[in-house]
Amino acid sequence: MAAALETIGLEKHFGGLRVTRELSLKIARGARHALIGPNGAGKTTVINLLTGVLRPNGGRILLEGHEITNLPVHKRVLRGLSRTFQINQLYADLTPVETIGLAVSERLGRGGDWWRAMGSRDEVNAEIAETLSRFHLLDVMNEPTATLPYGKQRLLEIAVAIAARPRVLLLDEPAAGVPESERHDILAVVAALPRDVTVLLIEHDMDLVFSFADRISVLVNGALLTEGPPEQVAKDPQVKAVYLGEATNA
Amino acid sequence: MTAQADIGFHARRHARWHAGEIAFWLLALACAFAFPSRYLIMTEIVRLGLFALSIDLILGYAGIVSLGHAAFFGIGAYSAGLLALHGIINEPLLALIVAGLGAAVLGFATSFLVIRGVDLTRLMVTLGIALLLEALAERYSDITGGTDGLQGIEMQPILGLFAFDMFGRTGFFYSLAALFLLFLLARRVVHSPFGLSLRAIKNNPLRAAAIGIPVHKRLIAIYTLAAFYAGIAGALFTQTTALASLDVFAFERSADLLLVLIIGGTGYLYGGLIGAVVFRMLQELFSIITPQYWQFWIGLVLVVIVMVGRGRLHRWVLWAPNWLIARLGGRKAAVAVPETEGP
Amino acid sequence: MTAVLTNLFDGIAYGMLLFVLACGLAVTLGLMNFVNLAHGAFAMTGGYVCAVLVNQFGWPFFAALPLAFISSAVVGIVLERLLYRHLYTRSHLDQVLFSIGLVFMSVAAVDYITGSQRVFIKLPSMLEGQFDVLGVGVGRYRLLIVVICGLLTATLQLVLARTRFGSRLRAAVDDPRAASGLGINVPQVFAFTFAFGCGLAGLGGALSAEILGLDPYFPLKFMIYFLIVVTVGGSSSITGPFLASLLLGIGDVAGKYYVPKMGPFVIYTLMIVILIWRPNGLFGRTAMR
Repeated sequence: MAAALETIGLEKHFGGLRVTRELSLKIARGARHALIGPNGAGKTTVINLLTGVLRPNGGRILLEGHEITNLPVHKRVLRGLSRTFQINQLYADLTPVETIGLAVSERLGRGGDWWRAMGSRDEVNAEIAETLSRFHLLDVMNEPTATLPYGKQRLLEIAVAIAARPRVLLLDEPAAGVPESERHDILAVVAALPRDVTVLLIEHDMDLVFSFADRISVLVNGALLTEGPPEQVAKDPQVKAVYLGEATNA
Repeated sequence: MTAQADIGFHARRHARWHAGEIAFWLLALACAFAFPSRYLIMTEIVRLGLFALSIDLILGYAGIVSLGHAAFFGIGAYSAGLLALHGIINEPLLALIVAGLGAAVLGFATSFLVIRGVDLTRLMVTLGIALLLEALAERYSDITGGTDGLQGIEMQPILGLFAFDMFGRTGFFYSLAALFLLFLLARRVVHSPFGLSLRAIKNNPLRAAAIGIPVHKRLIAIYTLAAFYAGIAGALFTQTTALASLDVFAFERSADLLLVLIIGGTGYLYGGLIGAVVFRMLQELFSIITPQYWQFWIGLVLVVIVMVGRGRLHRWVLWAPNWLIARLGGRKAAVAVPETEGP
Repeated sequence: MTAVLTNLFDGIAYGMLLFVLACGLAVTLGLMNFVNLAHGAFAMTGGYVCAVLVNQFGWPFFAALPLAFISSAVVGIVLERLLYRHLYTRSHLDQVLFSIGLVFMSVAAVDYITGSQRVFIKLPSMLEGQFDVLGVGVGRYRLLIVVICGLLTATLQLVLARTRFGSRLRAAVDDPRAASGLGINVPQVFAFTFAFGCGLAGLGGALSAEILGLDPYFPLKFMIYFLIVVTVGGSSSITGPFLASLLLGIGDVAGKYYVPKMGPFVIYTLMIVILIWRPNGLFGRTAMR
């Protein structure tokens, strides 16, 4: 069976700078895979390449065995590759109902509906209701997103990504900046993601990585340094040198 | 209520008609009977409102800044004029739709140039297209009548029943009906998933694509629709005044249009209509003060609006009605607050 | 053949004039990313100041030129301090609305004060007529323009590339926060640059009265030309706008001479094609920062 997500010899250059070097990753189906690396390792570039914001200078990207290297961003989403954003990129003046409604509508092929009001299709409404309640957002569903507490915004961020019913989900630092009191909710939601969704977690927080991931890839200077189960990566002297050493300083 | 029905109820919150909206349209209709001697100026306002509604669709909802929206107005105006002048389509309503479609075709064709690029490129390209059409219209003056415009347009009765009269009564009701129908359509569109996705694109195009929205396709669609609206506005201009000359493409027309929309506020559809009323009244007022130099005051209004801040200005204006509603109805403000200021 | 060369020379003079008129905009729009559609109003100010001084007060033309520069620069710095500086961080839509407002006000105000007819500036007799260089007719006045604008361009290039002010300006534009961290007074640099750009526009306005024509609608008529110079030229150096000005000048003169009916059509089409093909300008950086 093909891997959920695979990159083969991925390359990205900015001018003379090689920010991604011959990156070959294989994320198994149903995996809880983490991609870690020190600042400037090129994690954000990898996400942008995977999601289609950037086009690689070389190499291929396969989603469940199908080539997606040259697909635009929205087509990858419809194929089942969804992501969350690190910093808040939600729609400030849309409410959670509307935001989730958009994602659900697009997935069900109703996004181009221009005659029927949002909220007039039962199958869309049912999914909005289900998503909002799963992510504890029912109580704030009519508030403009900009006015929500930060923790709720992070939940909405994950909820929007899940509403697209991804088979592969890229989580970009899901708990970054969340106050300690609201952190538990986020971690619980992440832990409770359905097992049939493959998760690639890009994270700085080592506690979260080691409690969540069953496999870890370490990225340094745009290239893969090592990969393995958490215990092995934790013991790896190379990783300790370049990454964990830095993390204790940070 | 089940959660699902509940969601439907909340999602359609803005799509339901509010008392204020119904009052607005009743008032518009009432004006038609209250000022029977003012049909011409009221027709102008209706037309300007429709034109502003058109740019609200792309600016207020999709965030596309255009300096050349007059291009579509002009195409609509000349189409309607030529169709009538050469007797190609004599029935005004049919000619109106054909003229609108003509503008929509141009909108579709140029949308590919406009949707790419940053604000500045868009400004230049939209401005360039309008200037280009103006230059073309001047070049082919044997067709367009050049600076004199199309002469001798005679309009047939609408549907063969309602003849245009010299007081502009027919023209007014005809324009108001067109505006109302197109408004209804726009209202449906903006509250649909399609319309909501435009707001998402305006907010953050990258994020919009990341939830599966085909950004380019949506922008092309709304740009084409807005061009259709502008074309209809232009065609109404020709049909109700029996005129079409080069100035339909003028930069000033595009610039004034932005002011009209900004006065009323963007992104809630009524902005253009309210703006048209206020703009026309300001214009009258300024013409009384200094007949030839009213443009100075229009410019001053623009500068003041920007310096004070669009968002702040609208909050000030809406403060009184909102306070009243809160007092009388004991509920949250029901008057829509237009979009807040951009970054 | 001689007609070709004469046209080429006229085109170069026209292009250099456009550059002096528009190079201030290259800084505000190109570098500071402020969409200032009112740039032509500053040029018009200089033109009218020069016209009034020469025609009504009998000043010599060459004495009035510096005054054209100074008056536009003063108007520029006053408006920058009062209004423009508050809008640097605002949306492009706000900047567009604001500067259109200024254009409308300037057009109506000048129309009110002087009337809408075209204004001519009395030139000294030594600048009239033309002389032959190897059979090519060279207008004296146009030659003067080429000389003045050429000197200005060279000076400008030197100032930007070699002086402390030049490096401060580049630093302030690249990263205002870092620049103020280095002790550069960023608002002051911006204000001075803005005023200087307005001054150059004013000088250009005075010089161009003879060639482009001066009337209250000047800011509207030539707005698109200034914008073309900056957007097509790109903003990475002043060489880009300079080359774009020359191309536009030569193209416009040739267009009016050889295909008089299609003139503006060709220019607008080219502009759109170039902007779609290279959104950062013909001579700009190929990639976004």
